[in-house]
Amino acid sequence: MRVSFLYYEECPSHDLALERLHEVMAEEGISREVEVIKVETEDRARELRFVGSPTIRVDGQDIEPPSDSRYVLTCRAYRLEDDRISPLPSKDMIRRALRSVAKSRPG
Amino acid sequence: MANLSPGDKAVPFELPGVDDRRHALSDYADKEALAVVFTCNHCPYARAWEDRLIDIQADYAGRGVQLIAISANDAKKYPDDSFPRMKERSEEKGFNFPYLYDESQEIARAYGAERTPEIFLFDRDGTLRYHGTVDDNYDDPAAVRSHYFIDALQAILGGRELTTTETTPVGCTIKWQ
Repeated sequence: MRVSFLYYEECPSHDLALERLHEVMAEEGISREVEVIKVETEDRARELRFVGSPTIRVDGQDIEPPSDSRYVLTCRAYRLEDDRISPLPSKDMIRRALRSVAKSRPG
Repeated sequence: MANLSPGDKAVPFELPGVDDRRHALSDYADKEALAVVFTCNHCPYARAWEDRLIDIQADYAGRGVQLIAISANDAKKYPDDSFPRMKERSEEKGFNFPYLYDESQEIARAYGAERTPEIFLFDRDGTLRYHGTVDDNYDDPAAVRSHYFIDALQAILGGRELTTTETTPVGCTIKWQ
């Protein structure tokens, strides 16, 4: 399993989001390294298909596939389970994505 | 760093609102407290705090408190922050305060605003009494421990000194042209 964390430094929640990702991975017994990618330019955002910070991908798949595919240096809005908007993905959102990929892997 | 510090006077403005009227700072001279809030549509921090700002306006309107939201983001780079989209957002959310468009970004620059949301709270004399963020938890309203903005409002309305006059605004950077 490959876990990537992409962020834009001007969005203040990236450290908290990364901490949350590590927490959930530990809770799920996943001991993989997280590939942390700092996105610094609009060109790089396009190249990485980066829709906002923070973005978490598991085996290349976004934990919350975006409906908008504008690649831009911006902060990302997550719609939480209770319909609130947050700059952070919830732990459940991360957990669901990790479990879904783990389940779909052979063996 | 904001250009205004606690003790400074409000910078006048006159800007178009989503209600198709022009709003000037002087229109609100009779208010006990006036909060100029730099915000925008697209920023998740601004959106996370939106409902709390609506609640604060509703709770304190009867005590002479007025919020004025201003968006100054470059709509060319961030189309969600265009004036038509601001109108849509205001309608969707039922904003109970004016939502103004600072297209030239002059007012945001004059205030030295850097983030969305970022609050400049003035008293009846137009003196800045509090500058900064709404509270200490954008992610979870139920987990807020320090209600900086509300505490500042209550101190102004109660004629008391503020215990906290400045906090660091937390949010997206304003998108300059």
